[in-house]
Amino acid sequence: MPLFYEIEIRSRLLLGTARYPSPAVLAEAVRRSGTDIVTVSLRRETAGGRQGGAFFELIRELGVRVLPNTAGCHSVSEAVLTARMAREVFGTDWIKLEVIGHQDTLQPDVFGLVEGARILTGEGFQVFPYTTDDLVVAERLLEAGCQVLMPWCAPIGSAMGPQNVQGLRAMRAEFPDVPLIVDAGIGRPSHATTVMELGYDAVLLNTAVAGAADPAAMAEAFAKAIDAGHAAHGAGMLEPRDMAVPSTPLIGKAVFS
Amino acid sequence: MRVLIRGAGVAGLTAAHELLARGAEVTIIESAAGFTGAASWYAGGMLAPWCERESAEETVLTQGIGAADWWEAALPAGSVHRNGTLVVAQPRDGAELKRFASRTSGFRSLDAEQIAALEPALAGRFRQALFFPQEAHLDPRRALSALRQGLAVRGAAFADGDMDERGFALTVDCTGASRIGGIDGLRGVRGEMAYLQTDEVTLSRPVRMLHPRIPLYIVPRGGGLFMCGATMIESDDAGPITTRSLMELLNAAYALHPAFAEARLVETGTGVRPAFADNLPRASRRENTITVNGLYRHGFLLSPAMAGEVAALALGEEIPRGDIR
Repeated sequence: MPLFYEIEIRSRLLLGTARYPSPAVLAEAVRRSGTDIVTVSLRRETAGGRQGGAFFELIRELGVRVLPNTAGCHSVSEAVLTARMAREVFGTDWIKLEVIGHQDTLQPDVFGLVEGARILTGEGFQVFPYTTDDLVVAERLLEAGCQVLMPWCAPIGSAMGPQNVQGLRAMRAEFPDVPLIVDAGIGRPSHATTVMELGYDAVLLNTAVAGAADPAAMAEAFAKAIDAGHAAHGAGMLEPRDMAVPSTPLIGKAVFS
Repeated sequence: MRVLIRGAGVAGLTAAHELLARGAEVTIIESAAGFTGAASWYAGGMLAPWCERESAEETVLTQGIGAADWWEAALPAGSVHRNGTLVVAQPRDGAELKRFASRTSGFRSLDAEQIAALEPALAGRFRQALFFPQEAHLDPRRALSALRQGLAVRGAAFADGDMDERGFALTVDCTGASRIGGIDGLRGVRGEMAYLQTDEVTLSRPVRMLHPRIPLYIVPRGGGLFMCGATMIESDDAGPITTRSLMELLNAAYALHPAFAEARLVETGTGVRPAFADNLPRASRRENTITVNGLYRHGFLLSPAMAGEVAALALGEEIPRGDIR
């Protein structure tokens, strides 16, 4: 199993906690996914309420590791402030850093992201940056102190699945030893299998599970798909070719045509 | 039987109504703030069990189906509008409409012409919609006031201070979000809303506009007044609406109809919906106290059914006071 900042994870599925029909459904989805790590948005859910309100209590009761995120932050200062709040609330140095740069696509502001990562790493945070599949940005994030990268495969919540398979492949090849988690854009279990087959270490999901008609069943389906993709990557897949290759040898057959 | 009801929001008043109907003598303790402290004061007042089924459990549908009839019987004639619900989405959010349709029942699909026939103000604005003809809506503020008045006429007593429970056979706790922290598993879900005033748009029924991030509903209150809501934030903070929430609500209203850009923003408000982990309400009895809570965003939809449960619990075997260990 990969290490995220020296912590060995037990599941290659990371699950977001937003937009489930109810916390009870969320809890069931977490259980059936077998996930080890859930992400929680602080920005939206606190809204000035009692610190560590009832929802955070429910999250803590899930008994899994919490990766707080800065979802919805559009500036570095906002994201840094949210990260500090998250450390207080959940007592963890982990932070999934999101700095949104574009309103419609929710594309990360990669310049702000690098800057934010540098600031937070300096404060002892262990940063999981939500980034694009840009290799240069990835390099800068590593320079800023990140030890994990979370590239998107399509815009957040779009359910489009991998839009740039070559880009994801290149990223994997470029950073063979960095834990890579595909974050955002996955819509179906087959999408998750695809990126895992490319050799990614894990997948982070939220809407694809929360928005399903039966979130718990979908969480389980994703867990299986992620395992399948990972196992396939390890097992060594065939490369496609443009001619048929018979699975039964032709030599020894009675008729050659 | 003398019953003390704590809380005069929708849960308390509906419970009082059912208990009075069964011959109980009812005293209701109101908050000093009047109705404005209750989540139901900020409600949409949609009696929309079919639409709610999109994200709610089946029991919200089965328990909520009778709500429109209940309110019609309890309120003055004309209070409940049985005009259905219209569900629309921007063309680029067509997938949301499909998703909504796949999770719900009791609707028919409308094309642009049928939308125009139903809501002329929306003519040419949407190409497809879902229409839930059996749904209804009411004005929560008028409904609460009328229900309270009806209860007073029928002999219910109202008090605004605390009361000694010893004079009562039974206490019914309907104090909603104020019990967060006191009732195990009860949490707050913050809802922000805005009232808009304009004579340029006329709607006859609640319109829900689907959006992947910012779903919105607009409920016509008559006289050019529209209630526009509502956010769903996991927080028990009842403070004023945030800029972001207001911006999102107004943006969505503007997207529904550009004339809302010139509407007057006459009020904003925040209510904290009390909810349990499954977002379903509960009524339970412990000795001489019945507690009903967790109505979440289904106050007007589910309080009639919960009031029935309260009455059944009340008329079950009574434990005389003094016998409690």
